[in-house]
Amino acid sequence: MPRRFLVACFQEEESLLNAVRTVRGKGLKVYDVFAPYPIHELGVAMGIRKSRLPLAALFGTLSGLLVAIGFQFYANVLDWPMNVGGKPDNSTLAFIPIAFELTILFGGLITVAALLVRTRLFPGKHEHLLADGITDDVFALALRQPDRRAVASALRQSDVWKILEACGAKDIYERESPP
Amino acid sequence: MTGVSIPSKSQFHQAPMLPPPKWVEGDPSLQEITDDVLRPMEGLPGRAWWICFALSAAALTMGLSMIGYLFSKGIGIWGENNSVGWAFDITNFVFWVGIGHAGTLISAILLLFQQKWRTSINRSAEAMTIFAVMCAGLFPAIHVGRPWLAFWLFPYPNQRGPLWVNFRSPLVWDVFAVSTYFTISLVFWYLGMIPDLATIRDRATNGIKKLIFRWVSLGWDGSHRTWSRYEVVSLLLAGLATPLVVSVHSVVSMDFATAVLPGWHSTIFPPYFVAGAIYSGFGMVMTLLIITRNTMNLERYITMRHLEAMSKVLLLTGSIVAYAYLTEFFSAWYNGNIYERYTFFSNRLAGPYAWCFGIMVLCNVLTPQMFWFHRIRGSIPALFVASILVNIGMWFERFVIIVLSLHRTFLPAEWGMFIPTIYDVGILIGSFGLFFTCFLIFIRVLPMIAIWEVKGLVGELRVHDRLVSNLRTLRADQEDGTQEAACA
Repeated sequence: MPRRFLVACFQEEESLLNAVRTVRGKGLKVYDVFAPYPIHELGVAMGIRKSRLPLAALFGTLSGLLVAIGFQFYANVLDWPMNVGGKPDNSTLAFIPIAFELTILFGGLITVAALLVRTRLFPGKHEHLLADGITDDVFALALRQPDRRAVASALRQSDVWKILEACGAKDIYERESPP
Repeated sequence: MTGVSIPSKSQFHQAPMLPPPKWVEGDPSLQEITDDVLRPMEGLPGRAWWICFALSAAALTMGLSMIGYLFSKGIGIWGENNSVGWAFDITNFVFWVGIGHAGTLISAILLLFQQKWRTSINRSAEAMTIFAVMCAGLFPAIHVGRPWLAFWLFPYPNQRGPLWVNFRSPLVWDVFAVSTYFTISLVFWYLGMIPDLATIRDRATNGIKKLIFRWVSLGWDGSHRTWSRYEVVSLLLAGLATPLVVSVHSVVSMDFATAVLPGWHSTIFPPYFVAGAIYSGFGMVMTLLIITRNTMNLERYITMRHLEAMSKVLLLTGSIVAYAYLTEFFSAWYNGNIYERYTFFSNRLAGPYAWCFGIMVLCNVLTPQMFWFHRIRGSIPALFVASILVNIGMWFERFVIIVLSLHRTFLPAEWGMFIPTIYDVGILIGSFGLFFTCFLIFIRVLPMIAIWEVKGLVGELRVHDRLVSNLRTLRADQEDGTQEAACA
């Protein structure tokens, strides 16, 4: 089933911020906000929870560290010990530089992979833009339609339009997005 | 605590507000920023671009044909001999890896330090990093003798035992450090470009162009929920890439520092190499940015303030490098070892290659000291010449460290001279051809300034300006109120 959205377009980030705060103040739920660049105050205004992606980074770095130390130990001590200049088979200190590099390599790649999975970005994905120009100079606010909360608080559709207009929206329309 | 007075609340409120530095000149609208940055990509290249491209493609072709000859004959066509077994190849490797340090430094370390001036130069500096590391990787690969077996450098399960690589060797550490650095820099560069690729996708009128950019922009739709996660990951990557930048040239320096050779056997090598790498990297960024800002009309985004900030980094890192040179000489004298003293005082200062040492000191010690003067930091021709001198100096530094230490070691019977052949020089020029060809193609097909970051910076400035004017009105109202109260 296609989802319907009420989209309000703004020309300035401040009006958008103001609109997000007002709309949420009225008890409505903001579906999403679209902008050509990240606006730092929006996170708080939209009530976005703290991201758990740092955990992916922690997992990535730790796995890199363990793989590197483990593999070097396996290759030099268990699988094929080699006498190089009389150094001990388990020269742990000499294994540190590679362990360090692989920690960073695994950490970086796994974090980016986690980002792409979480935000559902993948090569060839067809973009669904709710407003034209949001990758250029338009800021847009999208509300799900019909909003159960608006129904609960007895806010009529026309009231929502008025609120958005008062916040400085240049353009308000309904748009459907594919499921 | 005497002599320190804490300002009262009213004093604090009346203190003059310093405007944040303007890193974008004029007050371009968001759409203007998109237009300005994408203009070079959407029109046809000018004559200057074609001339540069022809020259670098010619250099690249020459380099490639010499590499082809090298593969058929072996590395005997180079000037190396029994005394000097490492020369131009490793010098060029260290030189290019060093240049590759500025990009990730600008994009990662300056991001963590919240240096706003990085925004309009980070994209091209990162691209430069990637091309420089490609050039660097070329030299060890062609020096292994049988380059088609270069993959033996990696530990992979093989039918010879499996026989693993020697993990205790700094040369193997190098393989891991440089390939990790290349991979992470490439990922960081691409990740930072995704929103801009979406901008190009949405502007594209040509079907094929739209298809390509749709493929690479991963369906980016500007959602703030995506933006907030994207920013978290950018910071995480910056945090990971920061120690990586420092580690790569430290590991490269260990190729030398772990040997017992006077001139190499030194504990100051890691920080000394890292400072030198940043110094040469910023030199190359400066050269490229001066050329591109003038030929592509991007003076509004790459301002004099950017160039000045970079020249200050050059001054700082150049001074660290000079200090490292002094420390090397001091330790050679102070430790009393005759071989160390000979290498530094008799050979570097007065030996047959003393002129190389002279060029190195001239370019790396004296040139950056010019940046103490505001007039020099504000003059484009002076900055351009200095940035080229920096790179000449840094190439000679690596040559001095490598060849001057090898050609006269402990036994005078082993002494020899290194004279480069036409193939040494030709492949070096060819690597410059590869670098500039890649860079010239980059500025034609990808946005060379991070559009979304510049927009964010301009947006932030606008909000700040409005806040300041609101505060001013408020203050004026308050003053009127107090005056009225006094009158009453």
